[in-house]
Amino acid sequence: MTTLNINGVDQELDISDDMPILWAIRDIAQLTGTKFGCGMAQCGACTVHLDGMAIRSCITPASVAVGKKITTIEHISQDKVGQAVQAAWSEIDVVQCGYCQSGQIMSATALLASNPKPSDADIDAAMSGNICRCGTYPRIRAAIHQAASKLA
Amino acid sequence: MNAPLNISRRQFIKATAFIAGGLVIAFTIPHAKRFLLPGKEEAVAGAAKLPEPNAFLRIGTDNSITVLLAHSEMGQSIWTTLPMLIAEELDADWDSIKVEHAPAAPAYIHTAYGLQITGGSSTTWSEFDRYRQAGALTRTLLLSAAAEQLGVPVAALSTEKGMVIHGDQRIPYGELAEAASQLETPTAVTLKDPKDWKIIGKATKRLDGPEKINGTAKFGMDVQFEGLMTAMVARSPVFGGQVKSYDDSAALKVKGVHKVVQVPTGVAVIADHYWAAKQGREALKVEWDLGQAASMDSKTLFDEYRALAAKKGLTAAQAGDNTAAFAAGGKLIEAEYQLPFLAHSPMEPLNCAIHIKDDSCEVWTGTQMPGNDQAAVAKVTGLKAEQITIHTPFLGGGFGRRANPAADFVTEAAHVAKAAGMPVKTVWSREDDVKGGFYRPMYLHKARIALGADGMPAAWEHRCVGQSIMKGTPFEAFMIKNGVDATSVEGIADSVYLKNIPNHKVELHTTESVVRVLWWRSVGHSHTAFVMESLIDEAAHASGKDTLEYRRSLLKGHPRHLAALNLAAEKASWGSTLPAGRFRGIAVHESFGSYVAQVAEISIEEGAVKVHRVVCAIDCGLVVNPDSLVAQMESSIAFGLGAALQSEISFKAGEVEQSNFHNYQVLRMSAMPVVEVHIVPSTDKMGGAGEPGVPPIAPAVTNAIFAATGKRIRSLPIGNQLAEA
Ligand code: FES
Ligand code: FES
Repeated sequence: MTTLNINGVDQELDISDDMPILWAIRDIAQLTGTKFGCGMAQCGACTVHLDGMAIRSCITPASVAVGKKITTIEHISQDKVGQAVQAAWSEIDVVQCGYCQSGQIMSATALLASNPKPSDADIDAAMSGNICRCGTYPRIRAAIHQAASKLA
Repeated sequence: MNAPLNISRRQFIKATAFIAGGLVIAFTIPHAKRFLLPGKEEAVAGAAKLPEPNAFLRIGTDNSITVLLAHSEMGQSIWTTLPMLIAEELDADWDSIKVEHAPAAPAYIHTAYGLQITGGSSTTWSEFDRYRQAGALTRTLLLSAAAEQLGVPVAALSTEKGMVIHGDQRIPYGELAEAASQLETPTAVTLKDPKDWKIIGKATKRLDGPEKINGTAKFGMDVQFEGLMTAMVARSPVFGGQVKSYDDSAALKVKGVHKVVQVPTGVAVIADHYWAAKQGREALKVEWDLGQAASMDSKTLFDEYRALAAKKGLTAAQAGDNTAAFAAGGKLIEAEYQLPFLAHSPMEPLNCAIHIKDDSCEVWTGTQMPGNDQAAVAKVTGLKAEQITIHTPFLGGGFGRRANPAADFVTEAAHVAKAAGMPVKTVWSREDDVKGGFYRPMYLHKARIALGADGMPAAWEHRCVGQSIMKGTPFEAFMIKNGVDATSVEGIADSVYLKNIPNHKVELHTTESVVRVLWWRSVGHSHTAFVMESLIDEAAHASGKDTLEYRRSLLKGHPRHLAALNLAAEKASWGSTLPAGRFRGIAVHESFGSYVAQVAEISIEEGAVKVHRVVCAIDCGLVVNPDSLVAQMESSIAFGLGAALQSEISFKAGEVEQSNFHNYQVLRMSAMPVVEVHIVPSTDKMGGAGEPGVPPIAPAVTNAIFAATGKRIRSLPIGNQLAEA
């Protein structure tokens, strides 16, 4: 049994230490908001926060998260920055198919938490690990700027 | 548009039973008018079969209005657009709208294509009448019910925001639903005059926005229930390979693995969850009979295509006398263009969950063709189609991959569930997706153009070589004529440029291969627009004319092309001086009944192209939701640009060389240009929105590259061709 703290709750999960956090969250804890897109840190769909840092949960073994706090899309509205990001996403109507968007929101929230006023170049650097096949990039960029200005 | 529809003639509507505490309006419209593309009416062989009545909309006693979608939401926003049509005519309260995907059933057959499908950028125009009629008919019934209840004539009543109004009295629709459901169905309804529209034409926020922002939206991948296993299938490393033997002893030792079963496509590992299935599959040892594809190589394949292009092919279009025109001399352009296989790679990897029971079966999968998939599962399970329920969750992108007449991932999942004897969700890894086939075909084009004394093309000879997408699909009978698959040459054979060129000939060589191919967002236009718009650019430069003016003179008599072209040029300030190092390219192309022009503004930085800005103009006729149209243009530009810059599926020793997003590269944020979308005000025939923005972007960019460097990009992806120069 491995104890993982997911969204503020300690959960006892019957998993092997090498199981990536992604599958522990999705298949064992049954929180499916976090998505699988590539399994090799290439697409960002699986982005969650580990002690507030954005990580790719598909390549991060569960053992790394022991004793730390995992935050997923299901809980990000509890965070002031996360809430502002979600509000901007809604106002700008960013989503299309929606599959990448949990990861986009988690990455954007982590970006704004560490850099409250990102430039376009900062956004490129922080967000280029998150693929959106629907091409919502212009709206993601606009929504990040909007959330930043609302938080300022 | 505001004329009363003769509903009885159109075999309409019947109010039926009371379901889920509300009125069910069930109605049927036969697909009497079947055509393939807007503006290209073409009769389909065979008598139209009347669909069974089925519900398109439900009114709940809680006043909720549930709209059932005959098409699948995969990003294109029909989850919002189709309800807008119903809500408009119903005078519904927009906040009370709920949406569901319809099941696979004859009632939801495409009004033009004759099967249940989301594709061809057709949802909005093909449902524009049907969904408005559903709303209008329901409103008529509710009004009649209210008139009866109040003892007043219908003429004394009006409707607003989900209520019937009589003086100070307001009756919510939910209270009238039951009575309305008992009424005789009217035989005609009057649709609103467009000037009275309150919803159609107004930018409307997506109804699926909230759940896609908070993680609660459910995709096929998210289907979970007690007892559902996860499977991964080991498939042949080359196309057409077969299992010779396998050893599952190590796989079965992996914790969480339950079974290993052989299926026609390979060997499936059935496990408690994805991680166990993946580890089990890695531990599995399979020996393959590789067959003929083991030597396949992209370079050799292009050589074969080139050899074919040197020979005469089947004629796809012809006019005038090319031989004489070429003999007359004049400036000659000769060029060869090539485009690779492409994977769709929707963000959500393919998956399909199936629960087979004794006399029924449930299927959960993100599909663009539920009816087709239902038939595929019936075939594998031996059950009847009506015993099989298809649940369509949200699709994490489709781009054509989830509309597969071969139903590959659904058929395989049915085999897996059947062999396993338990409910199983078969999941593909990204590697499985990239290597899994059903690609946009690779193509080679060879063209010869003779310019007349005026610099305009006097003769045009064009040969196209590639696989047929339509062969073996339900569309074959009317899409392949005299051996020519219309989608292989669409955008060339029917090009309006060629119509204005007196002598031309378009030929096609259709190749065969073990690599299965499929429509990829914008289908044939995904390669033909690049070639045509590049060739036009080549001709303009050879004649020393401005590339915009050159297009204008060739597009005389084609006002919709010109309107899009002129609007894009104007908004991009075509001809004005750009900052040092910036260059422009332009392209215009018609596809799926819509006309799109794009101007790309680029620079060359460290031997690579950087696209800064794309100005896009579209004429798709009447627009239902302008904001989703803009979003589709942004999306198409990102999709097409990513492919043009970097995407390529290639073969070596029979194996696909790419495997995941590190080497099958798609557009990322850092490469996304600023996109400005302008809509041509138009009440012309409606066209599509999901695909027509894709074709022009590659040539707009490569034409800009020519303006910048004098290098003509004739092969996609652009990759590092500029660094090599
Ligand atoms: S699934 Fe983790 S980065 Fe793609
Ligand atoms: S919204 Fe579809 S992949 Fe991003």
